Amino acid sequence: MTDSRPMDVPIIRLGDVLVTGLINELDDKAATAFAEELTERIAAERAKGVLIDISRLEIIDSFVARTLTELSTMARLLGARVIVAGMRPPVAITLAELGLQLAGVETALNAEQGMVALGWRHAPRPPEGGNRRETLG
Amino acid sequence: MNASEAAVRDRLTRALRERGDEIADRWVQLQRERAAIDIGEGELREEADSLIVLLGGALNNSEHGMESVVDAHHDLRDAVMELSLRRERSGANPTATSLAILALKDAVLEAVQRDNLDPREMFPAALMINRLLDEAAALSFSAYVERREEIIQRQSRQLLEMSTPVVHLWRQILAVPLIGTLDTARTQVVMENLLQSIQTHEARVAIIDITGVPTVDTAVAQHLMQTVNAVRLMGADCFISGVRPSIAQTIAQLGIDLSTILTRATLADALAAAVEMTGQESPTAGAPTNR
Repeated sequence: MTDSRPMDVPIIRLGDVLVTGLINELDDKAATAFAEELTERIAAERAKGVLIDISRLEIIDSFVARTLTELSTMARLLGARVIVAGMRPPVAITLAELGLQLAGVETALNAEQGMVALGWRHAPRPPEGGNRRETLG
Repeated sequence: MNASEAAVRDRLTRALRERGDEIADRWVQLQRERAAIDIGEGELREEADSLIVLLGGALNNSEHGMESVVDAHHDLRDAVMELSLRRERSGANPTATSLAILALKDAVLEAVQRDNLDPREMFPAALMINRLLDEAAALSFSAYVERREEIIQRQSRQLLEMSTPVVHLWRQILAVPLIGTLDTARTQVVMENLLQSIQTHEARVAIIDITGVPTVDTAVAQHLMQTVNAVRLMGADCFISGVRPSIAQTIAQLGIDLSTILTRATLADALAAAVEMTGQESPTAGAPTNR
């Protein structure tokens, strides 16, 4: 309980969207701390959307699944929409086989599509070919 | 091992060594009489010679008790399995192979008898030969079964790989035409292939076409639901197409709840719906297309 250090997971604000990601397996304490910080940030920054990238997670057990469900319920109560992005195929298979459907949690294929779903647009792409170099340089 | 058993063992070893040729001749003859075996006499003879030498060696080695002579001697064990597999390849059924090995009993017993054995010694000798060759015959049978098992597994693996292609049907749309019944193993393979393709193609809709699935019972429905859930967890949507009227009836009668799953009657309908779905969400969707 003495560990009052903030989570090692950064939460970044992009406009009205908070972007964060889970990297290691969450334990009880870390999950609580993460939920606390995230909800506070949502309230403080009036975020309308939260993107949680889980493409680095290789294992999701029932505890993490429940945490994700709870997080999206909490966020919804605060008026923000949560999108869980980038679940790996083996993880999805395991969850489906365990019958953990993450009910009420929105998913996206990757962070980019998650951002699109939260209302972000692709920046217009530089045309391919000749003047591409100029644009980059 | 008690003394008399050792003596009998010794006696048998000697008989196998000294009368090996005789035994081999008789065995080949018996095999040709009893079991319809389609192997040349020369090859049979060669096989018999080496097996008899190995048997003699195994009996001579008194380290191991009589319980598992064949099992304990790897060269003998390999020889018996090799024999069984050779016969399997030449088309002999396992009964013929076992009978052929059991015929060696007669050959050995006859040879031992010719040594003018004391009748009191004859009985334990017969018992020992019985135990030894019964074990060998059982091993030949299990080698045959193992071989067949291996073939069956390889074939079902091939079938599994063959029968679950993932087709890139349209931009951001994948389809899996399922053919045959869905069991747990196939569901697993379908899911793995489909999810992997969703990731590589960044697909947003997957269509599972069940036109080729003969019946949908609760187990199949369960597997379909699992696949759909896994696809959703990946952040893509999933259609099930090819629901034939009879299947729709069965599903309704069985009371399977597929209400959370998007279904269409044909793959074409599902494709149209999927295109519409991706079109609606794409930033370029302005005016509705005329169709």
